[in-house]
Amino acid sequence: MSNQKEEIRIGYYVCHCGHNIAGVIDVKSVAEYCAKLPNVVVAREYKYMCSDPGQELIQKDIKELNLNRVVVASCSPLLHESTFRGATSKAGLNQFYMQMVNIRENASWVHESKEEATEKAKDLSRAAIHRVAFNKALEKKKVPVNPTALVVGGGIAGIAAAMSLANAGKKVYLVEKDPTIGGYMAKFDKTFPTLDCAACILTPKMSSVLKHPNITLLSYSEVSEVEGYVGNYKIKVTRKPRYVKEELCVGCYDCITACTFKEGKFPDEFNFGLSKRKPVYIPFPQATPLVAVIDEKTCIHFKTGKCPQTCAKACERNAIDFTQKPEVVELNVGVVILTTGFQPFDAKKASNYGYGKYPNVFTSLEVERLVNASGPTEGHVVLRDGVTHPKSIGIIHCVGSRDEKTNKWCSRVCCMYSLKLAHLLKEHSGAEIYNFYIDMRTPGKGYEEFYDKLLNEGVQFIRGRVAEVNDWATTPEEKGKLLIRAEDTMIGMVRRIPVDMVVLAVGLEPGKDAQEIRKMFNISCSNEGFFLERHPKLAPVDTFTEGVFIAGACQGPKDIPDSVAQAGAAAAQALALIDTGHVELEPNTAFITEERCCGCQVCVAMCPYTAISFDPVKKASSINEALCKGCGTCVAACGSNAITQNLFTDVEIMSEIDGILIN
Amino acid sequence: MGNDKPKLKLAVYWGAACGGCCVSVLDVHEKLFDVVANADLVFWPIALDVKYKDVEEMPDQHIDVTLFNGAVRNSENEHIAKLLRQKTKIMIAYGSCAHMGGIPGLANFSTKEELYKRVYEDSESTENAQKVYPQTETTIAEGKLTLPNFYKDVCTLDQIVDVDYYLPGCPPQTERLVEVFMAVVTGAELPPKGSVIGAGSKVQCDECKREKVNKSGITRFYRTWEKEDDGKTCLNEQGFLCMGPATRNGCGVRCVEGNAPCRGCYGPLDGIPDPGAKMMSAIASMLNEKEEGDIQKALDTVVDPAGTFYRFSLPGSILRRKQS
Repeated sequence: MSNQKEEIRIGYYVCHCGHNIAGVIDVKSVAEYCAKLPNVVVAREYKYMCSDPGQELIQKDIKELNLNRVVVASCSPLLHESTFRGATSKAGLNQFYMQMVNIRENASWVHESKEEATEKAKDLSRAAIHRVAFNKALEKKKVPVNPTALVVGGGIAGIAAAMSLANAGKKVYLVEKDPTIGGYMAKFDKTFPTLDCAACILTPKMSSVLKHPNITLLSYSEVSEVEGYVGNYKIKVTRKPRYVKEELCVGCYDCITACTFKEGKFPDEFNFGLSKRKPVYIPFPQATPLVAVIDEKTCIHFKTGKCPQTCAKACERNAIDFTQKPEVVELNVGVVILTTGFQPFDAKKASNYGYGKYPNVFTSLEVERLVNASGPTEGHVVLRDGVTHPKSIGIIHCVGSRDEKTNKWCSRVCCMYSLKLAHLLKEHSGAEIYNFYIDMRTPGKGYEEFYDKLLNEGVQFIRGRVAEVNDWATTPEEKGKLLIRAEDTMIGMVRRIPVDMVVLAVGLEPGKDAQEIRKMFNISCSNEGFFLERHPKLAPVDTFTEGVFIAGACQGPKDIPDSVAQAGAAAAQALALIDTGHVELEPNTAFITEERCCGCQVCVAMCPYTAISFDPVKKASSINEALCKGCGTCVAACGSNAITQNLFTDVEIMSEIDGILIN
Repeated sequence: MGNDKPKLKLAVYWGAACGGCCVSVLDVHEKLFDVVANADLVFWPIALDVKYKDVEEMPDQHIDVTLFNGAVRNSENEHIAKLLRQKTKIMIAYGSCAHMGGIPGLANFSTKEELYKRVYEDSESTENAQKVYPQTETTIAEGKLTLPNFYKDVCTLDQIVDVDYYLPGCPPQTERLVEVFMAVVTGAELPPKGSVIGAGSKVQCDECKREKVNKSGITRFYRTWEKEDDGKTCLNEQGFLCMGPATRNGCGVRCVEGNAPCRGCYGPLDGIPDPGAKMMSAIASMLNEKEEGDIQKALDTVVDPAGTFYRFSLPGSILRRKQS
C-alpha cells in the first residue's frame, strides 16, 4: 500500500536515558531486533539521544546513509519531539519524517519485569517503524500573535500578572467574577511572616489596576465562551448586571443609606456571614471598582416589584438602573493567564469538629475577619453571640487536608496562617491559645523564625490530630465550653482540653467552577482538580494549551509570595509569546476532499472550534486550517471518509496498529 | 453489430445466499434479450441445468464474467468459488454477501457449536432427542452419503479467491448490473481491478432528498414502528437509525425513498476498513447528549447494535467474528 515510489530508508535510535530506560529495558537487544525489521537501514543505541552528540548521530546517518525516515525511541514526545524534529530538519530532511516512540513513560517507568518491558519496547518500536514509512512531509504555518492579554481572576495573582503585562506596555483585560477585585487577600488583616497589613500592601495595587491606562477591568463578569487558538483567542465575557451604572457611580454610599431596609438583613459574603448587608451594597470600603451593586435575590424590587426604590431616588447621579441585563462583551486576545484561585474546604464536611453544630466553632477565614480592624467587630475577638470574649481558643490544623477521607494533599498555607492567627488572637484577646498540629510545616523565607517567635509567645502547641470537638461537659467548669479531644503524641496520651472558641484551619481546594473553566480553556487538571501545569519543574506556569498560562492557587495551594512569583512567571511567558510576534502551528490539521464530501454537514455541527463551514454552492464543507486544532472529531464523524487528518491519516494509524499486532 | 464478435460467456453462481441476487439478475426483464444477444449463459444453477462436472471440464479462463453471489460458508461454496476463479477472466463479487459477508455473515456473532445447537436442538419447531447433527459423511445401506463441511466462519468471496470487481447491494440494483454488463460487452475501459462498480462514490446522504434540520441532536433511537415518520426530515435526525451517512450511494436511495431507513447493503466507501465502526462514529457524532451517562442511555436505545451496524459487513470488517 506504499504511497511513495521512493525506497524507504529508516534510521532507528534507541536512547538509554541514563538508567531511566536502560536500567529496565535491554536497549541493545531492542536495537538489534529493530535492525532486522523491513526498511531499517541502521539501528543504534546511545546514552542520551537528546544530547548534542546524540542528535549529531542522527544527522550524520541521514547524510551518510541517505536516510529518509527517522525513528527515535526515548521519552515522551512532549519532552523531546521538537528536539528530534529539529535534528532531523537540520540534516535536510522534513521534520515530520521523524517518528518518536515513548519507551520511558510507556515502558521502562511503568513495568517491573525487564523482559516484558523490553518486549513492549520492541512492539512499540515496530509499530513506529511500520508507520513512519507512510509519514508525509508537512510544513508548519506561522500566524501572528494578538498582543493583548486576558487575565481571568482578580485576586493577588491576577492583579500581579495584569500589572506586569500592563507595565510592559501590553493591553490587558482583567475579568473578575465578584463585584470587586482583591480576592482572599483583601479579607486578611495581616500577612505572615512579616505581619504587614494586607490591606496596606494590596489596596494600592488594586487602585493601580483600575487607574492603569493599559488595563480594562471587567468586574462582576465571567468568561462564558472561548474560541480560537494561541495568539488569536476570541473570548466572550458575560457582564452580570449590577443594576448600578458603573460609569456613573462614585461609591458615595447614598443609595445604601437610603435603602428601604434600614439595617443590613442578609449575610454579608465579604465577611463570611459574620455581618449583615442590605440588598444594595459595596463589599468593603476599598472595593475596586468602588461601585455599588444590587443583589437581585434579596432586593424587594426584584422579588415583589413593590419597592419604593428609595435607593434610586437618593442617587444624585441617576446611576441606579433596574433594567440592566447581562451583557456579553467580545474580546480578541493573544494570550490568557488563568488566576482563578481556590475555594476553602467546607468545614461542615469534617463533621467531627462540629462546625455548623456548635456556634463557637469558626473557620480560619471567619477569624481573619474577626481580627481585622475593618472587619465586622472592628478587630474585637468575640464569640458568635457578638459580646463574649473568649478566654481560651483551640486552633485545629489540617482540617480537610492530609486526610484520606477528604483531601489528601497538604494545603501548604495552613500551618503558617494558623501561627499568624495564634499570634493575632493572643494579641487581640489575651486568651490562652492551643495549636493542634500533625506536623509543623514552615518551609519558606522567615517562616521557621516566625514559628520560633510563636513558641516564645506562650502559645501552646500540641502535636496530634484532633479526634473530636464536642460540648459534653463532665465537670461544672467545663459547662458551656467546647472540648477538644486529641492525642498528644509528645507525651503519648489522650488530652481533653476545654476551650471557649475553636478555629478550624481549613485547607485549600480547587474552585467550584474549576472544571468549567478547564473545559472552556481546554486545559487539564491534576487528579485533585487543580489546573495542570505543562511540566512540574520546567514549565510550571504553562499548560498543554498553547497561549494559556496559570498562576496562583488555581494551580495548587500556595501562599501570597508564591502566587505573586508565579504571576510574574506567567506574565513573562505571555510576554515572550507576544513579543515573538508569531506562533508556529502544528500541521496536525484536518482537510476535506471535496469530491468525496456529500455535504451532510455532520462535521460542521461536531467541530468544537467552529473551524468547518459549508458552502451551499459547492455543496461541500471545508475546514479553516487556522482554526482547526487537529482533535480528529470530524475525521471520525465523517461517514464518507472525506476528511483526512495530517499526522494521523488512516494509513498511518492502521500501519501503526498492524505494526503492533504483527510479530 | 456484435454478431461477428464471439459472444461473451457468462456464469452466475450462488454461495451462501438467499436467492435474491439471482432474482435480481432475472429482473432484467426484456433486457434479457440484449444480454442473451451478447452473451451465452454457460452456468447458472438457478436457471440452467449445468452440472459442476461440466464446469470442471471447461478450459481455464473459458468464462468471461462470473457473477458470484452469496458468501462462502461451507466446503462446497469454497470449491466452486475456486473452480470458477480458475475458469473465469473477470470475477465479480455480486451482492452484499459475496462483497462483505452479508446477512449470512451475521452468523459470525455465534460459534458453529452455538449455531448447530440452536438449529438442530433448541429451535421451537425441532425435536431431536438423539441429538443428530449433520455429518460430512454417513454410511447407509445404499452406500455413503456426503454433505459439504460447514465452516466455523462465514467468509467474503475475496477472503477465498482473488476478486476483480465488487457490485454491491442486497440485491444490486438491476439497472446497475445492466450498465456493468453493457460496459463489458462494448469493451469500454474497465476501472482498476478491486474497484466497486455499479455504485456511486459518495454516501447515501448525497442523493437523499430529506431535509437536515440540525436543530437538535438525537436523544434516543426509535425502531420504525415506535414513532411516526414525518416524511421529510432526515431519518437519523428523527431518531430512526439510518445507515445512509456511512453507506455508498448508487441504489437511488431506494429504502429512504420508500420511507424506510437505509440498512447499509451497499457497504462503505473506499478506504473504510470497518463499516460498522464508521457508522458508530457517525451515529455518535449525531447525539445531542454530552455527558457520559446520558450518552450511554441514548445508545442503549439502539436495539442489537452489532447486528445493526454490521448488518451486511461483519465477515469483511476488522471485527470479523465473535471470538471462539
